[in-house]
Amino acid sequence: MKNIKLTIDNSEIEVPENYSVLQACEEMGLNIPRLCFLRDINETSACRLCIVDIDGMRGLKNSCTIQVQDGMNIKTDNKEIRNSVKQNLQLLASNHIFECWACDRETNCEFLDLMRRYNVDNTFGESEFFSDNKRLFNDTSTAITLDSGKCILCGRCVSACHVHTGLDILDFNERGNETYVGPAQNNNLEDSGCIYCGKCIESCPVAAIKDTSNMEDMLEALREPSTKVIVGIDPLVKVTVGEEFDSNIGENVEEKLYASLKTIGVDEVVDTSKFSNILKKEEANILLNRVKEGGKLPIIRSDEPGWINYIEYFEEDYLSHLTSTKSIEEITGAIVKNYYSKELGYHKENIVFVALTPKPEEKQKASRMANIVEGVRDVDFVLTTREYARMLKRQSVKFNELEPIKQFGKLAELTQSSVNEDTYHNSLEETLKTASILAGEKPKKIKFKKRKEFEEAEYTLKDTKFLVAKITTPTIKDFFDILESKQKQYHFVEFNSSLGGWINSGGNPIHTAKLQDDVDIHKFRLNNLNGLYTSKNYTNLDEILYKEFLDSVGSKKAKKVLHTKFEKQESYKNQ
Amino acid sequence: MKSLEELKKIKDKTKKKTNTEKDTSLTRILVGMSTCGISAGAKPVFDEFNTLIKDKELKDISVTSVGCLGECSIEPMVEVYQNDKRYTYCEVNKEKAQKIFDEHIVNGNVVEDYLIGQYRK
Amino acid sequence: MAKVAKSLNEIKSFPKQTRIALRNCGLIDPSNIDEYIARDGYFALGDILKNKSPKDVVNEIKESGLRGRGGGGFPTGLKWELTAKEKSDRKYIICNADEGDPGAFMDRSILEGDPHSVLEAMAIAGYAIGANQGYVYVRIEYPRAIKRLKAAIKQAREYELLGENIFGSGFSFNIDLRLGAGAFVCGEETALIASIEGERGMSRNKPPYPAQKGLWGYPTCINNVETLANVSAIFNMGAKEFAKIGTENSKGTKVFALAGNINNIGLIEVPMGTTLREIVYDIGDGIDGGKAFKAVQTGGPSGGVITEEHLDTPIDYESLKEIGSMMGSGGMIILDEDDDMVKISKFYLDFTQDESCGKCTPCRIGTKRLYETLEKLIDMNGTPEDLEMLEYLAKSVQKTSLCGLGQSAPNPVLSTLKYFRDEYEAYANRTKRTAYFIEEDVCIGCTKCAQVCPVDCIEGEVKKPHVIDPEECIACGACYDVCPVDAILKP
Repeated sequence: MKNIKLTIDNSEIEVPENYSVLQACEEMGLNIPRLCFLRDINETSACRLCIVDIDGMRGLKNSCTIQVQDGMNIKTDNKEIRNSVKQNLQLLASNHIFECWACDRETNCEFLDLMRRYNVDNTFGESEFFSDNKRLFNDTSTAITLDSGKCILCGRCVSACHVHTGLDILDFNERGNETYVGPAQNNNLEDSGCIYCGKCIESCPVAAIKDTSNMEDMLEALREPSTKVIVGIDPLVKVTVGEEFDSNIGENVEEKLYASLKTIGVDEVVDTSKFSNILKKEEANILLNRVKEGGKLPIIRSDEPGWINYIEYFEEDYLSHLTSTKSIEEITGAIVKNYYSKELGYHKENIVFVALTPKPEEKQKASRMANIVEGVRDVDFVLTTREYARMLKRQSVKFNELEPIKQFGKLAELTQSSVNEDTYHNSLEETLKTASILAGEKPKKIKFKKRKEFEEAEYTLKDTKFLVAKITTPTIKDFFDILESKQKQYHFVEFNSSLGGWINSGGNPIHTAKLQDDVDIHKFRLNNLNGLYTSKNYTNLDEILYKEFLDSVGSKKAKKVLHTKFEKQESYKNQ
Repeated sequence: MKSLEELKKIKDKTKKKTNTEKDTSLTRILVGMSTCGISAGAKPVFDEFNTLIKDKELKDISVTSVGCLGECSIEPMVEVYQNDKRYTYCEVNKEKAQKIFDEHIVNGNVVEDYLIGQYRK
Repeated sequence: MAKVAKSLNEIKSFPKQTRIALRNCGLIDPSNIDEYIARDGYFALGDILKNKSPKDVVNEIKESGLRGRGGGGFPTGLKWELTAKEKSDRKYIICNADEGDPGAFMDRSILEGDPHSVLEAMAIAGYAIGANQGYVYVRIEYPRAIKRLKAAIKQAREYELLGENIFGSGFSFNIDLRLGAGAFVCGEETALIASIEGERGMSRNKPPYPAQKGLWGYPTCINNVETLANVSAIFNMGAKEFAKIGTENSKGTKVFALAGNINNIGLIEVPMGTTLREIVYDIGDGIDGGKAFKAVQTGGPSGGVITEEHLDTPIDYESLKEIGSMMGSGGMIILDEDDDMVKISKFYLDFTQDESCGKCTPCRIGTKRLYETLEKLIDMNGTPEDLEMLEYLAKSVQKTSLCGLGQSAPNPVLSTLKYFRDEYEAYANRTKRTAYFIEEDVCIGCTKCAQVCPVDCIEGEVKKPHVIDPEECIACGACYDVCPVDAILKP
C-alpha cells in the first residue's frame, strides 16, 4: 500500500492511501464526533456529525467514508464546524425522547455523550411550535423491543441486520421526518421473520433497540417469600459482565459475579456449561441413530445466534436435519427443576429459574410451548448480561467493591465438577468424539482439509466413514447456499459465523463504535473465556445424571426433559 | 439496420408521404396528443377528424397524433399543413373540429376565429 | 383588420425561441420511428458508428459545450470522458427521467413527443463511454411517456438500431426501462442508482462518484432527458455550430416550463443568454391581470427567486447562481405583487421536508424545523430571533446535508430572505396585516364591499367609512375587486 501525505489542522501526516479521512484524523489522535459510522457494517455517512472542511470541496464533508487524497488540506475543528455539529445534534435531540433514567443505555449512550460534549440545548424539542414525532413501539416480541422515540436513525441496526443475517428484517419505513426503523410497516417483530440474533442491539448507539426486559420479573421473584430463585449462568457472562463496570474487555470477574448474585438475594447458582456433556451425548446419539436407521442427513448444527429460528422460518426442508436437543439454558433449567429440586428440597413449582446469557434469542426460546416439562417451564426468565448489569446498577450494588466469593449454595455443591477446556462449548468435533465414546471407541483426532470458507474431514465411527464439514460464512443464508452447492452426501455439517457470531451477540455489554473499531473485543472475550477452563480434574456429572435421573442416552425420560420440537414458523417474509 | 443507405431509404420514403411542401395534394392534420393535450380533450378531437375523413372518403389526407406544441393554456391544438402552409388552431373541441373540417379542409376557407392569433400576440 | 397569426411560427414569441431539444416535438408522430428518421433521426448514430472513435464522440460533445440540463450544469463531455476513462468490463448509461420539480414538465414533453431522440443519444453515449446497456429511469406517474418509450424501444429493436451489432459496426447496445415510484429524491443520481438496484431510494455519499462506482458498483454515466435530447442534434448540426448558440460558458438552449401568474403558460426553448425580461414579457406576454411583477422562481424546490432588479440577467448557469438562484431543471414560476414570499418558501419547504429520504440528519429533521419555523412566523407566533435561527439553520442544512436535495432545500428560504427580508420581518414583528383594510379617508361608504363580503365582516353605515373586522376576514379579495375608489388595501 502506497502512503500519501495530507494536512490536517495544519499538521502534515502520512497515511496509507486507502485510509478514510476519519482514520487519518484518528491516527493523529483527534477525536472526531461520530454516531452512525460502524466500520464494515454501516458506512452510510448519514448522521453528518463527523464533518470536516476539505479544501476544494463544497460544504462540510463527512470524514467517515471519504478516502484521503494526496495533498488534501483538512480542518477538523473551527467555529463553523463546531456550530454545525451542534446544530445537527440539536436536530437529533428534538426527535429524541429523553427518559434517561428509564433507559437501557443510561450509562453508555453514544448520543448522550455527544450531547454532553457539545453542550447542546434542546431548543426545538422544548418548544411547542415544533412537532413531536409519533412514538412507535414494537414491543410484542418476548426477545427484542423497538422504540422509535429513542431512535436517531443512524441506520446501524438496519445495516447490521443486512450484514449479519441477509434478511433485511429491519429497514427504514416512511420518509422525511416520519422515517422510522422497523419491520415493514411496523409489523410485529414476531411476524417479520426476525431470528433474534440480537446483532441490531449490539450495533445500536442508543436504546432504540433493546432486549425485552425481564428485570422487573426477576426483582419481583426475589421478593416473593415462597419462591426460590436459581440462576443459570452462561460462562461467557463471567468474562463480560465486568465490562459494564469499567473492567477490561473480557476480564474474568466470576467471583464478583457470584457476590453480586448473593447480594441481591439469589438462592442458588449453577453454571450452564456443566450440562454440555449431556447435550453432546444426546446430539451424538441422534447422529449415530440417524446413520444407522437412515434418517435425514446431514445433521446440521450451530451455536450461532438465530440458527434455529432461521431454519424454522426460511429452511423448512432442513427442519428434519436438526437434532431435537434443547438449548443449554433450557436443558439446565429442565434438569434443575425436574431433578435437583428434589435434592434441594424445593417444590419445582416454586423455583424461578433465571438464565443469565448473552443470547437475547433465549428469551423467545423460554416462551416456547415445547420447552415445558410436566407443566413447568424450563426457564422462567432470561436476563442478558447487559440487563443483569443494569439491574445491579439500579439496585445500587457497587460491583467493583464487592468481596469476591466462590460459587455459593447447595446446588453449587451438587454440581461441583470441572468442565475441561474444550467441552464448555459444543462443536462438531466434540459431538463426533462423544459419538465415539458412545460407540465404545476411542475418540480420534480430526483433520480438516480447508478450502476458503469450507472445511471437510472424514471420521471413522464403527467402521462407517462419516463425511463431515464446517462452513464459516458471514450469514446463515450463505451457509445454506454453500451447502446446497456441494454434491457430496455429508453426515454432519456445522455453521460458524465469520463475523464474530455468538461471542459478540446482542446480550453482551455494548461498546461504542469507536471502541469496536479500536479493540478486538471478540478476541479478548474468547481468550478469557478459554482461560476459565483449565482444570483437568473433571467429574462426570453426566454419568451421575443418567444413572440417577435420565436413565440412558436417548431414553424416554431424556427425550422428555432434554428434547424439544422445532416447527415451521410463518412470517410475511417467507410467504 | 445495416447501413446509412438503408436508413436514407426510409427517410426518403417517409418524407414523400409527409411532405406537404413538395406535394400540394397532401393535407396533414396534426393533433397535439401528449398528456397535456389529452387531458385538455384532444382525444375526441383526434377521433372526430378520423371519423369525418372516413365518412367523406377523402384521400391524400392524414391525421397524426404528435407531441406537445408547448402552448399549454390553449390546448387542444390542431395544426393543419396544406399547400405549403401551416395553420394552428387552438382550444379545439369536437364541434370546432367539425367546423374546421367542413370549412377549412373541405372548402379551403380558414376558420380565423380559432386560429392562434386570437389567443396569442 | 389586423393580420391574425395563422400558426405558431407567426406569433410574437416565436422568433425568440430556438428549438433544439424540442425540435421534433409537435411535428412528428412519436409512435412512428419512420417520422423520426425522416427528420434525420439515427443518422448521427449511424455516422458515428461508421466513422468516429469513442474518443472523437467525447471530444465533439466537449467541444459543443453541452452541460447537464437536469439543473447541476456539469459539462456533459467531461462526464462522458470520466466514465470512458474508467477501466471496467461493464458500464452503464442511465437516462434520468425522474422529473420531480413541482410545475416542471420539460422531460415529459420530450419523452412523449420525441422518445427516439433520447434513445439515439443513449446509444451514442454508450458507444462513447463503452457501455452496452442503458436504463431509462422514468417515474410511474408518466404513464404515457412510459408507453411511448416502450413502443419506441420496440421499434428501434425491430429496426436493429438497438441490439446486437448496430449498423454492422460490432457495437451492441440495449435499453431497458426502470420505473420509479415517484419519490422526488430518486432524481438525485445516487438515490436513483439505489432505486434501480432495488434498494430503498436513499442517497449515497459522493465521492465515489457514479462515474467511478455507480450502478451495482460499475462506472455509470447519468444524463438527464433534455441533455440527451440535444446530443444527436449536436452531431447533426456540428459541435461548432451548436457552440455558437448561447453564452460563453453556457452553450445551446434551455427548455423552461413557464407557470404561475403569466399570460402564456407553457413550454419554451430559448437560447442561453436570453434575459428573464424577454422570457417574462416577450415570450410569456407579461403578468396576468395587469398586476406588477414581483419575482421569478427558478429551480423549483432547489432554487430561488429572481427579482425585478435582475430581470436583465442573461440566463446561464453561472449568472443565475450569482444572484442566488439556479438554472434548475427548467421550472419557472412567475410571481406577482400579491404573492407572499414567506408562504412561497413554506410551500417549497413543505415539499422538501416531505420528500427528504430521511437518511441524513440535517435534511430529515432540519427541513422539517425550517418548515415549522416558517409556519410559526405565518401563524404570527414568531419573533425576530426566529429569523436569525431560520437563517442559521438553513445555512447549516445547506452545508452539511448528504446529497443535493438537502444541500439545496434551504435555497428558497435563503433567497427570499435575501431579497424580501421585509416580508419576513413583518411576520416576525407581527406587523403583517393578514386582513384587507379600508382606508377611512378614501372610503365613500358605497356599501358595495359589505354586500360582496362572503363572511359578512364589513360593517358601516351608508356614506360613512366602512370597517373590516380583521379577525373575521378571510382575505378573499372580493371587496378589493368591487371598490370603486380603491379605498381597500391588500394584506
